[in-house]
Amino acid sequence: MTLIKTTYDRRSFIKVSSLSTGGMLLGFSWMASCKPDQVASMPKEWFDINGFLKIADNGLVTIMSPNPEIGQNVKTSMPMIIAEELDVSWDQVVVEQAGLDLKNYTRQKAGGSQSIRQGWESLRMAGATARRMLMEAAAKQWNVPLAELTTEEGVIKHGDKTIGYGEIAAAAATVTVPEEVELKDPKDFKIIGTPRKNVDGSKIVSGKPLFGLDTQREGMLIAMIEHPPAFGMTLKSLDDSKAKAMPGITDVFSFTTVPEGTDMQRYDTNNAFNDLVAIVGNTTWQVMKAKKALKLSWERVTPLESTSDHIKGMYDLLGEKQKDPARKDGDTKKVFKNAAKVVERIYSAPFLAHNTLEPMNFFADVKEDQAELAGPIQTPESLSKTVSAVLGLPEEKISIMMTRMGGGFGRRLYGHFGIEAAVISKKINAPVKLVYSREDDMTQGTYRPTYKVTYRAALDKNNNLVGFQVRGAGVHGSPVFANRFPAGAVDNYLAENHTLESNISTGAWRAPRSNFIAGAEQAFLDEVAEAAGKDPIEFRLELFERAINDPVGEDNDYDAKRYAGVLKLVRDKSDWGKETPGVYRGVSAYFCHNSYVAQVVDVVIKNNQPKVQKIWCAVDCGILVNPEGARNQVEGGMVDGIGHAMYSAMTFKNGRPEQNNFDSYRLIRHREAPAEIETYFVDNGIDPTGLGEPSLPPIIGALANALAKATGERLYEQPFVGQKIDLG
Amino acid sequence: MNSDQDGVNCKLFQKNNTQFMATYNLKINGQRKEVDADGDTPLLWVLREHLNLVGTKFGCGIAQCGACTVQVDGEAVRSCSLPISSIEDKSVVTIEGLSENGDHPVQKAWIEHDVPQCGYCQAGQIMNAAALLDQNPNPSDQEIDSAMNGNICRCGTYVRIKAAIKTAAAYQE
Repeated sequence: MTLIKTTYDRRSFIKVSSLSTGGMLLGFSWMASCKPDQVASMPKEWFDINGFLKIADNGLVTIMSPNPEIGQNVKTSMPMIIAEELDVSWDQVVVEQAGLDLKNYTRQKAGGSQSIRQGWESLRMAGATARRMLMEAAAKQWNVPLAELTTEEGVIKHGDKTIGYGEIAAAAATVTVPEEVELKDPKDFKIIGTPRKNVDGSKIVSGKPLFGLDTQREGMLIAMIEHPPAFGMTLKSLDDSKAKAMPGITDVFSFTTVPEGTDMQRYDTNNAFNDLVAIVGNTTWQVMKAKKALKLSWERVTPLESTSDHIKGMYDLLGEKQKDPARKDGDTKKVFKNAAKVVERIYSAPFLAHNTLEPMNFFADVKEDQAELAGPIQTPESLSKTVSAVLGLPEEKISIMMTRMGGGFGRRLYGHFGIEAAVISKKINAPVKLVYSREDDMTQGTYRPTYKVTYRAALDKNNNLVGFQVRGAGVHGSPVFANRFPAGAVDNYLAENHTLESNISTGAWRAPRSNFIAGAEQAFLDEVAEAAGKDPIEFRLELFERAINDPVGEDNDYDAKRYAGVLKLVRDKSDWGKETPGVYRGVSAYFCHNSYVAQVVDVVIKNNQPKVQKIWCAVDCGILVNPEGARNQVEGGMVDGIGHAMYSAMTFKNGRPEQNNFDSYRLIRHREAPAEIETYFVDNGIDPTGLGEPSLPPIIGALANALAKATGERLYEQPFVGQKIDLG
Repeated sequence: MNSDQDGVNCKLFQKNNTQFMATYNLKINGQRKEVDADGDTPLLWVLREHLNLVGTKFGCGIAQCGACTVQVDGEAVRSCSLPISSIEDKSVVTIEGLSENGDHPVQKAWIEHDVPQCGYCQAGQIMNAAALLDQNPNPSDQEIDSAMNGNICRCGTYVRIKAAIKTAAAYQE
């Protein structure tokens, strides 16, 4: 049992009130309890979370999920944590999506695989506080000491006497919020650690309206936009005479989304196309047809870049030293000069589009004195602030409802489409749903940047890794994390970063930077192990041993014991070292978003083509909240990683994206997916960390290493399909 | 480039369709519906915007992703590329009509395997899987891959989808 301060006395962390229907309403700001050092490593706005808990007089517990659901299943797993400490049965719990509510919640955002990690303590506290207040009310009513009461599945007990939470909830609402509450011993958990199905599962499989694109309102019009066909271009002239005359079309006009000088939020600053053309009409199909009938001409305002420019630009940067390296341990110059062997390799990856299967869209109904918005957005508060500034309406006059998102992957952190919907609605003075076509969506920008990295390793005559250099370059930033492994495990280490500027807009894409660098690093270490004549797992474990026993430097941002732990677990589970004829194995391990993942990929050759037969995955994310959802996230992340490394790329010719739909931009499909996945979790009782991202980055390395064994060819350039290799 | 046409009767645009508004008599989920629309309007948008059946999803508009999959006369088709003028007298089933209470074997299996992540593609996956099992009650892994290859899941739930199809096949026995 753990005692935990509720912080009620200091920051009004928990607020209590009565429900008009006779129940209890507990409001809490989950983030208030986070220590600053817990959050320093990630952008602050990613984990401000809070929520509401309602206990009705019939005992039904409603947990308002204030954060948007993008498929990471927090709408199920976060309420599980509250329900555990509240000590109710999961069947008594209803989870509802809250809208943006600046009065009752401090902030509402989602991203960075941080929801569970940052919410853990506070969610438990919220449940435990409500339970304690219910017990205090019962103790008072029965006139017995609080310590003699117990609870079970929403019922308070004292000897033969019992009372349901619902019956005592109204009285509990008048109890003073305790300053300290007890948390359960994890060994007594009944909900946490048990598989629970997605709370929206039955709605999803029966096609209920859940998503932004499903929004329908009386009198609602449909709008689409036309943006410049190339980065570096802007609208020169618009001839809408033909489009305007088409059936169902009510309006065509050009507009500026955010006027110059407007106070912008961080997430609104990377949109390449601020000046657009809007086409408005009665139905999506009519608007789509009219869009094609527009006669538009464009002019160049900044240089038109091509993929070849980016490749050359990054290649040139990789030839330059960084003046002040991101990290320098020992003397790499000397150790490389005296090395017995040097391995040097260059890895690269293209821009990627997010391609959420639900294209960008948003509903807006802007009136003179108020605005109602609804749609798929990970950053509703940011959107509210910018919309307020753009419309000149105070924020309390703007409501935003977050719909379930048909995928996020980082794309919906950037809410320009919500602002566009609001501006269009104001202009036409009607409720409107803005719909992006797939082509609009894929060619807009907010891409995963293109990257290139050079690795160098120095081995001494005993095949020990004595020197390591990494120099990275990327559009709008380098992919290198200077203090991640193998920093800390090598005496002489140098990390350097270079940035290539570009007018192509980029943004966070599932596991930013890690989604490239992990695959490159883990493929490189495989080659270094080979050069050293060592087993790739033993080689890595030697390095972890060094980092555990005698770490180099002090800023190593990983726990080498946990890192080695997942690698040993996957080694044992996959029976690593056992040779099976026709099975080619690759291994990888990576740490990002606070979780540790190691993978073994088995590739076989079928019909002269490699096939991912099986993936063995070991994960250390601390306490497992929902094993069902966790496995699903881990599996999906690996399929996502394999797919993008194999097949996907955005390329440019004179500023124009060369892919605009799924006929030219390839995503992984059923046939190329792994046949089997086995996932194992480390059971160590450590507070939980997130899973939305960590399984994706390392799989690219494990795949590349297995394919190298299967085909004899090392893979350096993503997408691998460009190197004449496919999966089947 | 990868084709998604396997096992799916995917009817693309016919240029000679009428461009003008007309009244179409449709049979959707067992009910007669009258719709006024341009003849070239894809079934997808008729379902979503004329009939308020929004379970069928828009993903790509060019029959490449499968999010819009419905059944026409029992066959899985991409409704985003199927003009309304071409389906009169045919029976259309959407995710809303697959079962009355969301308890079709495929839907039950999807819940059993907790397949969805974001959930956006799943109506299309389910409609395609149900059509597959109608035609082939016990498909092999290769037959599942082939029949389902036109349905993209951006979250990567393919392994669960395959397992759920096998469970649904067992439910149907």
